[in-house]
Amino acid sequence: MLVFLRRRIISGALPLLAVVLGVFFLARLTGDPANLYLPLSATPEMRAEFAARNGFDQPVAVQFLDYLSQIVRLDFGESLRTAQPAAQAVLQAFPATLQLAGATMAIAVTAAVVVGSLAAYRPNSLADRFAGLLSSASASVPDFWFAIMGVLVFAVTLNWLPTSGTDGMGAWVLPIATLLIRPFGVLVQVVRGSMVSALSAPYTRVARSKGADEKRVIFVHALRNAAAPALTVAGDLAVGLVNGAVVVETIFGWPGIGKLMIDSILQRDFAVLQAAVLLTAVTIFALNILIDACYALLDARVRQGVAT
Amino acid sequence: MNALRESIHRTRPTDPAAMEVDGLSVDIRTPEGVAHAVRDVSFTVRSGRTLALLGESGCGKSMTALAIAGLLDPVADVVGGRIRLNGADLLALGASERRRLAGPELAIVFQDALTALNPVFTVGAQLGEPFRIHEGLSRRAARDRAVELMERVGIPEARSRAGAYPHQFSGGMRQRLLIAMAVALRPSVLLADEPTTALDVTVQAQIMELLRDLRTERDMALVLITHDLAVAAEHADDVAVMYAGAIVETGPIGEVFAAPRHPYTRGLLSSVPGGGRPGEPLRFIPGSPPDLRAVPSGCAFRSRCHLARERCASHRPELSGDERGRTVACHYWKEATDA
Repeated sequence: MLVFLRRRIISGALPLLAVVLGVFFLARLTGDPANLYLPLSATPEMRAEFAARNGFDQPVAVQFLDYLSQIVRLDFGESLRTAQPAAQAVLQAFPATLQLAGATMAIAVTAAVVVGSLAAYRPNSLADRFAGLLSSASASVPDFWFAIMGVLVFAVTLNWLPTSGTDGMGAWVLPIATLLIRPFGVLVQVVRGSMVSALSAPYTRVARSKGADEKRVIFVHALRNAAAPALTVAGDLAVGLVNGAVVVETIFGWPGIGKLMIDSILQRDFAVLQAAVLLTAVTIFALNILIDACYALLDARVRQGVAT
Repeated sequence: MNALRESIHRTRPTDPAAMEVDGLSVDIRTPEGVAHAVRDVSFTVRSGRTLALLGESGCGKSMTALAIAGLLDPVADVVGGRIRLNGADLLALGASERRRLAGPELAIVFQDALTALNPVFTVGAQLGEPFRIHEGLSRRAARDRAVELMERVGIPEARSRAGAYPHQFSGGMRQRLLIAMAVALRPSVLLADEPTTALDVTVQAQIMELLRDLRTERDMALVLITHDLAVAAEHADDVAVMYAGAIVETGPIGEVFAAPRHPYTRGLLSSVPGGGRPGEPLRFIPGSPPDLRAVPSGCAFRSRCHLARERCASHRPELSGDERGRTVACHYWKEATDA
């Protein structure tokens, strides 16, 4: 297991470097910060002074090497806008995103396992068809539309929930509901598919022949076998959520990393943007290792490198 | 020793039956119509004896076993008959009562041990499961019982191997594990559905020997479902030959194989390679079994039968027998055996 993890960590370092490189150069294509931070009437001297103060007067390659040597020392620079350390800005915003993503995934996975398993238990039954309808609708509703309709109905018209912010439990309902619909719909379909084949596998029949009741057959014998495909997709969806639920955070004014990234792009706040993307990339990298570790725990054949 | 055992079993056909199947019928709903997969099947198995349910693939022998074990797919229904197991009427029981009997009274061994064992659980956990479900044992106690079972069926280093997964065992060892799991709670009836088909011949013999020893040691009634005439001849006491969902002939296996009465049984036995003279072409039964969605009237075998006459189309032959326990479902079998 440790060898397995070490191999994964080493092989993941290179993509991280590529991310750093990409973000650094792409960010600089968004425009010159001086246009934003200095008055229109700024003199060339003022512009030169601004560039020198922030290191923008160096060739880009030199800037990049400086940046690299900084992040190795875990120094991510300072925000142009607030002069606050970029790392601090990012770490302040990150928990809000993680909480939202964590709550959403927990609900989506639990609900999808239950609905998908029940649908798979009797293929083509009424329950299966209903689950199919629900999941396709849920997987195909555009989230921005759902979010705006949610605000219109529950916040503006009915006045049950706040339109934005993070105060109180009510503030969580609409963001989570919006983030939930697509992962839920996709996961139901994946769980159903892999449960249909697990429930028709010979070992399921053998479990019944031992006197196992249906609950045990479905949720112990079949589900453990059906977990791998669902885990893959759930991991992918979780990555999407961590990656900044940009739309949802913007619509609901949720102070997370997605909103921070959008703001820092708009304000040419390179240091913050770079730190945010780097943190997201590291998180996704860690998440992928976690998912691989879960596979290995679920199935000894993965752990031992046996072809399945 | 074998001869002695044979003679003991031969003297016991009047023992109370461990299981009586009476008029069992199973229909399968398919998109193209209802298939009558099992039609009016009756047989009796006794403790300590082996009945071979013999027939080619698709004849309904596995479906019969699944119906008895209550493991039919949702598209298949038992549409008639009774199954008495040590006095209990299986088909009259509810699902939870049947689950209580699954293991302690009735167990089944399947064909392909690789897919029949759950790939993601250790074999120790799977073999211990019957004890956890039916005797409420703890994980640890169940594991100890699993190790005992593994030792009994001849798995070397059972204690350490209990933590291994199915893919880490050979085909023969997996089949042993499956058998161990089935006999864990000392069932009175064991159904073995083609238990050696996936194995090579030497392993096949070991597995059959294990099944026979366990049957004798635990006084089980064994129903051996097979298409293999040699396996049946060597290991069964009695035989029931199935064709197109129905039993066409039953009796003590030595007598049936020495002097088959039903034209289908005769055809089956004469199609065994090596049965004729060297150089003679293989014999076979012309034609193929009928579509079970549209079983012809009268005798299902008549279109392939050289004895068939008008009566075979209008009257379905019933199994009728003599006093020595042989039965046959054919109007004209006497003519065939005289010829």
